[in-house]
Amino acid sequence: MRMPWRRRTAEISIPTPVQGVVAPGAADTGAAETGVIHLQGVECSYPGSNSPAISGFDLLVRPGEFVSILGRSGAGKTTALRVVAGFEQVSAGYVRVGGQLVGSSFVHVPPDQRRIGLVFQDYALFPHLSVAKNVEFGLKGLQASERAVRIAPVLEMVGMSGYEDRYVHELSGGQQQRVAIARALAPDPVALLLDEPFSNLDRQLRAELRRDIKKIVQETGATTLLVTHDREEALATSDRVAVMGERSIEQIGTPEEVYQNPVSASVARLIGPCELIPGVYRGGIVVTEAGVFPTRTTTDGTVSDGQQVLALMRASELEIEHAGDAEQRTATVELREFAGEFSEYSIRLDSGTLLRVRRRAANGIEVGSRVRVQTRGESKVIVFAVQG
Amino acid sequence: MTFSDVISIGWKSTDAKRPPAFLVASAAAVALAALIPVGYLLVRSVDAGSEWVDIVWQSNTAAIFGRTFLLIALVTVISVSIAVPLAWLTVKSNIPLRRVLSVASVLPLVIPSFVMATTVIEMYSPKGMLQGWLSGLGVTRLPDIYGLGGATLVLVLMTYPYVLLTVRGALRRMDPALEEAARAMGYGPIHTFRAVTLPMLRPAIAGGSLLVALYTLSDFGGVALLRYQTFTSTIMIQYESSIDRTAAAVLSLVLVVIAVLLLLGEGFTRGSGAYHRSTVGAVRVSRRFDLGRWRWLGAGAVGLPVLIGLVIPVGVLVHWLVRGLLNNQELLPLLVPARNSLYVSLLAAVVTVFAALPVAILAVRFQSRMSRFFERSVYIGFGLPGVVVALSLVFFGINVARPLYQSIWLLVFAYGVLFLPASIGALRSTLLQVNPRIEEAAQSLGRSQWRVIFSVTIPLVMPGAFAGGAMVFLLTMKELPATLILSPIGYRTLSSSIWSAASEAFFAKTAAAALLLVVVAGIPTAYLTLRGHGDKTGVSDRPLKLDEAAR
Repeated sequence: MRMPWRRRTAEISIPTPVQGVVAPGAADTGAAETGVIHLQGVECSYPGSNSPAISGFDLLVRPGEFVSILGRSGAGKTTALRVVAGFEQVSAGYVRVGGQLVGSSFVHVPPDQRRIGLVFQDYALFPHLSVAKNVEFGLKGLQASERAVRIAPVLEMVGMSGYEDRYVHELSGGQQQRVAIARALAPDPVALLLDEPFSNLDRQLRAELRRDIKKIVQETGATTLLVTHDREEALATSDRVAVMGERSIEQIGTPEEVYQNPVSASVARLIGPCELIPGVYRGGIVVTEAGVFPTRTTTDGTVSDGQQVLALMRASELEIEHAGDAEQRTATVELREFAGEFSEYSIRLDSGTLLRVRRRAANGIEVGSRVRVQTRGESKVIVFAVQG
Repeated sequence: MTFSDVISIGWKSTDAKRPPAFLVASAAAVALAALIPVGYLLVRSVDAGSEWVDIVWQSNTAAIFGRTFLLIALVTVISVSIAVPLAWLTVKSNIPLRRVLSVASVLPLVIPSFVMATTVIEMYSPKGMLQGWLSGLGVTRLPDIYGLGGATLVLVLMTYPYVLLTVRGALRRMDPALEEAARAMGYGPIHTFRAVTLPMLRPAIAGGSLLVALYTLSDFGGVALLRYQTFTSTIMIQYESSIDRTAAAVLSLVLVVIAVLLLLGEGFTRGSGAYHRSTVGAVRVSRRFDLGRWRWLGAGAVGLPVLIGLVIPVGVLVHWLVRGLLNNQELLPLLVPARNSLYVSLLAAVVTVFAALPVAILAVRFQSRMSRFFERSVYIGFGLPGVVVALSLVFFGINVARPLYQSIWLLVFAYGVLFLPASIGALRSTLLQVNPRIEEAAQSLGRSQWRVIFSVTIPLVMPGAFAGGAMVFLLTMKELPATLILSPIGYRTLSSSIWSAASEAFFAKTAAAALLLVVVAGIPTAYLTLRGHGDKTGVSDRPLKLDEAAR
């Protein structure tokens, strides 16, 4: 669905992904080069704190793209979002929205002039206004009749038609979330920012709403930046995932890229259920407590022969066998969970480390068995050099 | 250091949070206006020169200091211990006659201190009505009512409703999920109240206590009639006994210092916690706590202060009225004073709440040394006795603002200076519970900061504005010294009528006007107290619907 009123007031055109990369007119504003949201070397500190919440922060979000910032709590993801929205001023670097410089050490465009749609973690709906009035709030520059015309399609899009006259406290959490999204999208923002939008919802509702939002965003072609600590959320919804380290982005790429080629142990930990075990690198293989595995690196040239490394162990890339010499059997099966086509095993290494291994369901291995750990098929184990 | 760093010095928050200029300007204007009476005192004291020290020592200051602080501490502690349970019972429990009792429990507020004092003396003094009834039971002599005991009784009865109103407002806006969370974690109801509810109510309790302490500090009528000498009554004696008002001005400055100490104490109590809700959506509807068999006892607990603070005083007034009527005493014409009281009190309430808004918003949303200074300077007016404010405004009117002199506006100005803290307290505790993300959401939707204030902040603090306005209205209705001094010649209000009748010992006339005052002040109070109950965002009486319970 394309909203009939889209683009009428837009100074910066946002093409849909279907249309192509650059929208007509986008070149004039510089959107093609700088993206819809562009942060370069941004630093931001909170008053009273001596270290900045984010620093050296780089991020480019292209038109129509859905980008997630994934990071653990306290990493500064929400700060990055608030910097884009204009609620925090930066002390260094450049913030551009729609090609225009909106934040730097010498420029600060207030939030109300940035045309950013923001969905808060706790929704922040106006409790004194009805659903329709909440959505209407951002449409102040228009005639009353035109405003009315706009509210209906947005509410329909988020599946909230018929709730126009309800008050916020009469809605469920998921419904409040939908209204918050409708409210953010109604003024036709340059970009949509979502701050942990699903964290307050139950799992089932979360998945449902996630798909709905993905669909809505695709339909409107809105450029979207989502902040989350939930890897599943980031990987499932985004065109690209930006993984945060301490105060800045450590890696950015498609979900497949960051999953398959994490550039560091910390990115790997954030991105997937995995375990990192210590080992020694020996020209193409890694010797670990669990066994000897063929390797590859995602950071070429940083690992040398004989170096201490961390080996990335993922359930889907490992295989266990109830066979081999007693020496080769390095782990004990502790738990078997049946999951339909496969079973997931928890195996305990002698050092106490717990690994998870996925195995086809037939010919199950008994709990308590000693097993041999191998890589599955052609899989290679990713290794990261140990710092220092 | 960049340019923006330079210009943002003095503001604790980042440049992005710098308050809009109009807000600073209007708050500064309000703070400046509130400081005018103190300014006059300073001028008078500077005139006094080296006499200063002599005046302070001659007046036996240390002893009066001690007596004043003792009274303040007693009244504040007792008022809070009465008001907090009362607030909980009338908002969160299912006591019988809850609506009636919740209105009645605030009503002792409408009785002026000198009226309350006369009825207390009539009732409890060694020769009073209670003694008369008890003599049949063999009680020959009640303990003396005059002094600390009587003064405390009168002031507690008059001031506990301040704490009750602010705490009740905060309770209504508090997210029930917080208490439910504590219950779910295995806390019993009493433990929950102590561990969750009470800490959440801290700003409201602190704000209410400050009002009680400052009222006690500045009350004259009650303590004078009960013969307990405080700082304020000493100043009044100085004012009345000498033509030279320098001594009173100097002592009033000492009083300002005490008020400042109280203000600092309140800021200390408030702490640094955040009190807005951090959870999803708007305030959910809460279920009332079922007290079971104990609910009748709860009603009794709410009823007791109502009996002592309202029913008995009104009963005494009715008794006087009947006795006076039987003796064929004529009544004062009451229609015009009643109309005047109503008009000037409404005017004062509206003006004061509007003046309080920028100061409160600045103090809560844009914390800085400057915003704190504005808020604190506004509070000073309440620590000054009405008579001091009134006389400094006479000076100000004659010398600076001649057109205002002998007009109703100078009177309203005095009420504003005196009662701004009452409305600020209510506004700020309401504001503290409004999630600032809601305002940020409004700004990200394209509204500039000042439009956000008008379209979101102000509508959301309306409950606090009404509570504040109601308090100003009541305080104005029963205010006496400023009314006597600043009313245009021939402009009579209910309180000045009562005063003139009482001072001539015409008790029947006093009773009629006092009863009328209670009714006129009581009706809007009842309305404002009740309107909180059906509020869209507040606690509602309707039972939880199934779909709400399910989510």
